[in-house]
Amino acid sequence: MNPDRLRYIDEFRDSALVRHLSHQIGNISRKHIHLMEVCGGHTMAIHKNGLTDFLPDNINLLSGPGCPVCVSSQRFIDHAIVLGRLPGVILATYGDLIRVPGSRSSLEKEKAKGADIRIVYSVLDVLEIAKQNHKNQVVFIGIGFETTAPASAAAIVRAQAEGLKNFYLLSSHKVMPPALESLAAGDTRIDGFIAPGHVSAITGYRIYQKLSEVYKRGVVISGFEPADILQSVLMLVKQIELNHYHVENEYTRVVRPEGNPRALAIMNEVFITVDAEWRGLGVVPRSGLAIGEKYAAFDASLRFMVNVPESLPSKGCICGEILTGKSRPSDCRLFSSVCNPFNPVGACMVSSEGACSVFYKFRS
Amino acid sequence: MTGKTERISLNHGNGGIYMNRLITGMFLRFFENEYIREQTDSAILRVKAGHLAYTTDSFVIDPLFFPGGNIGSLAVCGTLNDLAVSGAKPEYLSAGFIIEEGFNVVQLTRIVKSMAMEARKAGVRIVTGDTKVVNAGKCDKLFINTSGIGTLEEKHLSIGSGRNVKSGDKIIINGSPGEHGMAIMQARKLFAFKTSLKSDCANLYPMIRRMLASSRQVHFMRDATRGGVATVLNEISRKCNAGIEIDETLMPVNNEVKAMCEILGFDPLYIANEGKVIAVVDANDAEKVVVAMKHSDTGRQAAIIGEITNDHPGKAVLKTSSGGRRIIDELMSDQLPRIC
Repeated sequence: MNPDRLRYIDEFRDSALVRHLSHQIGNISRKHIHLMEVCGGHTMAIHKNGLTDFLPDNINLLSGPGCPVCVSSQRFIDHAIVLGRLPGVILATYGDLIRVPGSRSSLEKEKAKGADIRIVYSVLDVLEIAKQNHKNQVVFIGIGFETTAPASAAAIVRAQAEGLKNFYLLSSHKVMPPALESLAAGDTRIDGFIAPGHVSAITGYRIYQKLSEVYKRGVVISGFEPADILQSVLMLVKQIELNHYHVENEYTRVVRPEGNPRALAIMNEVFITVDAEWRGLGVVPRSGLAIGEKYAAFDASLRFMVNVPESLPSKGCICGEILTGKSRPSDCRLFSSVCNPFNPVGACMVSSEGACSVFYKFRS
Repeated sequence: MTGKTERISLNHGNGGIYMNRLITGMFLRFFENEYIREQTDSAILRVKAGHLAYTTDSFVIDPLFFPGGNIGSLAVCGTLNDLAVSGAKPEYLSAGFIIEEGFNVVQLTRIVKSMAMEARKAGVRIVTGDTKVVNAGKCDKLFINTSGIGTLEEKHLSIGSGRNVKSGDKIIINGSPGEHGMAIMQARKLFAFKTSLKSDCANLYPMIRRMLASSRQVHFMRDATRGGVATVLNEISRKCNAGIEIDETLMPVNNEVKAMCEILGFDPLYIANEGKVIAVVDANDAEKVVVAMKHSDTGRQAAIIGEITNDHPGKAVLKTSSGGRRIIDELMSDQLPRIC
């Protein structure tokens, strides 16, 4: 093998393989179908690699709700902003979130006004911040699905073990299956799901059974390289053409049927499932992760009793419809002219994996 | 001024005896040349008839020392490169220092020595300078400004403006993008993985001299610093109202840069460099120029990565390794690591 090639990456970008898959899809695809790529990472990979050029016109790709920043509700951002204004509080979060507009401000604007808001690359860094600032209360704004929730849980378990008394989590962690079922039960036409690869690496793939068995939708767990995505589309097309729906795993190099039992165990140790609000989907039953009783001392929403003012919906923004596959970014009348990466109105324009941001970046 | 714990105080900037000691004991001593020795308010330079290139740049970097260089080597090479990519031969530099009270003198000495060394290697003299010391907390340890003067031959006058760039011209890069930015991220200890990456901080003039000697058809050059290669490509397409087509498979990307980018979700085209040049060269001469570049240390991995086209004027497009196409957009905000 050429030493300049990266294993597990370059072979999945091979142009001959990509063309071959594209031809195979073209050869067997007859029905006009709508496939939802659930994960923001997939949306990014599709447009970064120009993959829609390799699909026939009868296959329509829809972006889904799998971008953690995008689905964070306005109320959650407003809540974080209120916490950031409390004296002695240090907020820490993953990058993109600070730019998401809340009802009246954003964490970025609060930071410019003097709030102590730190961007971190890992929640474990937040424990360090807490240790170094023992007079402050350090709140981690936790977002993300089954991919990031285990790390937040692990941080809480470690904080408990180390006796840290000034570390808290404001959890907006979410789980994917209820959101996908809500989409399948909704009025958006989705024939099949390109299911999230890294969520599945944690959960395994039994979580999608209901989608195929009850809702009769194709489900293929997919990796993030061009050949992965086209192979997954091919597998979905086969299922849909034959009306034979089941859960398949394309991302075999990462995803095991049982997922990652250790990660699941620590999540279950710390979190309980609760109803949660998703931008676009509204309140989805049992789709959120809140800190359970055993670790309640680390729950920022209990530690800081604050009044979060009523959220104001942003006018004209159709992020909600975009996150549910009902509309495309270009359908939004704010897209590009009013809402763009310089002045994001909705969360989908903020996150680098948000559908609007990806469309703006690669298709303008 | 040699004690290991000695620190810069406000006295080193007050115009008095401490400042004089700092200037003579450090700046004059290491930068030593016939111009700076005079300690006149202005350096008086002898120039040949013709054109001068004149540039300035300020350097603020955290950390000050990183694998492959420090703020001093960066401040010299950065300005030399701005002159060189304009087609000029760098001749003289100025150096201005803004130092935070309390800054370690040993560190300052190391930085000044590497500036002197880079300048000497380049055959360039640092002829004038300035020192200010500010109260603790009023600057981040040390800021350096350098200005540079170079001489420019008539035949190279159009390189800076790119007015001769035309459809069919080839686009050349001298090596892997992203090494500097990634080395800095490592030096900041933002991530818990180790690589052998070093900043590509280097004086590009020796290589550029070979390029210009090998061909009279170098139509444009720009060093790809902040904003990376993507920013320069956008600049060319906008400035020359030209379409740009880059072939991802031809781009020499260091494997460690590539691997780090994959992990973090970054694009190497947007990562900062301090020793990379993008050149636009007539198609007939492009191979020749690449061969000339490969004779220099800074050009061993030189490659033609794309061309200027009449299609999509004003836009840079990347042909991806998987055969798709996408726009190389301008950088908006700094890249942030992926969340999951």
